Amino acid sequence: MKTRETRPPASASGYRAVAVGGSAGGFEALEAIVGALPMDFKPPILAVQHLHPSDNGSFARHLARSTRLPVIEPCDKEWIDPGRIYVAPANYHMLVERSGAIALSVDGKVNWSRPSIDVLFKSAARAWGGSVIAIILSGASRDGAEGMRAVKGAGGLTMAQDPASAQVPFMPRAAIELGAADEVLCPEAIGRRLIELAGEPRQLKDNRGGNI
Amino acid sequence: MKDLDIERIEIDLLLEAILRRYGYDFRSYARASIDRRVMQFMSDSGHASVSDMIPRLLRDSEFFSELARYFSISVTEMFRDPCVYRAIREKVVPMLKTWPHVKVWHAGCATGEEAYSLAIVLKEEGLYDRATIYATDFNDESLDRARAGIYDVEHIKKATRNYQESGGRGSFAEYYHAGYEAAIMDDSLKARVTFANHNLAADEVFGEMHLVFCRNVLIYFNRELQNRALELFTDSLVHGGFLCLGAKETLQFTSVSDRYAHVDESAKIYKKVVP
Repeated sequence: MKTRETRPPASASGYRAVAVGGSAGGFEALEAIVGALPMDFKPPILAVQHLHPSDNGSFARHLARSTRLPVIEPCDKEWIDPGRIYVAPANYHMLVERSGAIALSVDGKVNWSRPSIDVLFKSAARAWGGSVIAIILSGASRDGAEGMRAVKGAGGLTMAQDPASAQVPFMPRAAIELGAADEVLCPEAIGRRLIELAGEPRQLKDNRGGNI
Repeated sequence: MKDLDIERIEIDLLLEAILRRYGYDFRSYARASIDRRVMQFMSDSGHASVSDMIPRLLRDSEFFSELARYFSISVTEMFRDPCVYRAIREKVVPMLKTWPHVKVWHAGCATGEEAYSLAIVLKEEGLYDRATIYATDFNDESLDRARAGIYDVEHIKKATRNYQESGGRGSFAEYYHAGYEAAIMDDSLKARVTFANHNLAADEVFGEMHLVFCRNVLIYFNRELQNRALELFTDSLVHGGFLCLGAKETLQFTSVSDRYAHVDESAKIYKKVVP
């Protein structure tokens, strides 16, 4: 798709962050995606997985075993650094500030969930507009579909896990039916695509019609 | 200019209008949450744009009260994060016992659930009769509900589970009187609790506190306002006094980080020390 000659170092990527959300069956898909990423993968990854309120960090510890990148369960106002995976703590919504910091909230549940995927995606779209990649994974609710639409509307790139590859297809299907998914891929392909996109220069995204 | 950038200007103008008309300064709140709440209110109140709400906000104070409710929603529960109350019993109470009188400031008490939780802990630890709990919030509506101390049955069920996990020494049923759908907290728990209006963004210090309890409030402030509130707490605490924050709040990178030592890292309990 893009030739190697035009690919600059990863830091020149047009994408500021990857936001990813999953529920039932989403953990395995997320493991497959982040497990494929190299150590020099630059865009920070912000992940919401629907968790039991008493999870107490075990999701983050679990995920850390399947990736080369550091996994962090952030405190409020923690800076978002490149090359790291930030996972929303159980019982908090995770949002981002334009300044590039994490903002946590204990506002009521959204789509019966806290953390909610919609909350993360919409806030990422608001903060960073077109430079966000949003990915919706396996799950049994509709959470994330509206957020995918917000990211796409802001000029960002959206991907849905191929429902055929999802343990529970309802969540990616909801986003696809809403017309909010630019690409529909299995987890392994999402991983490869992210590596490709992280190396993609900014002006190539402009050429594609993205609004930087 | 993109829609999102225009929306940003509109929210700036809305916050400016609220400040000049009603005197509340939400500009120093964490913007990501303010944006979300404004957009939620806009959609719930059937407005097509943020700008559309401004003329009505300026002229209709009832409409402002409705929006203010969105800005001060706080979802809390009794003995929220039971391990924190266990840590208070084990690590803070023994020190509190060394003072002849114990003053606690619960800042941002919302509808009072955690103020009653603290009252129960102090009672069971034999400190209640020489304690005063100042529970403050900037929202009068929340304070009225806190004073009433009436909670629905689901809430009480959750509270009972949390209480047991937090190391409660008695039976939680002793602390409330149940009706059909709601329960009212026992009067004895209200005797040493003073609910009062205080705005961390504008008001001054409460003096000579031994424990400042402020959980999941600072996450709604931006860095400047967070530092202002933390400096108030630091000024109001006696030497060796305790500060307890929310599980995902930290003193790291704040203006008072060198004024405290860790007492319990995961419960976010700190002790004021000489810098």
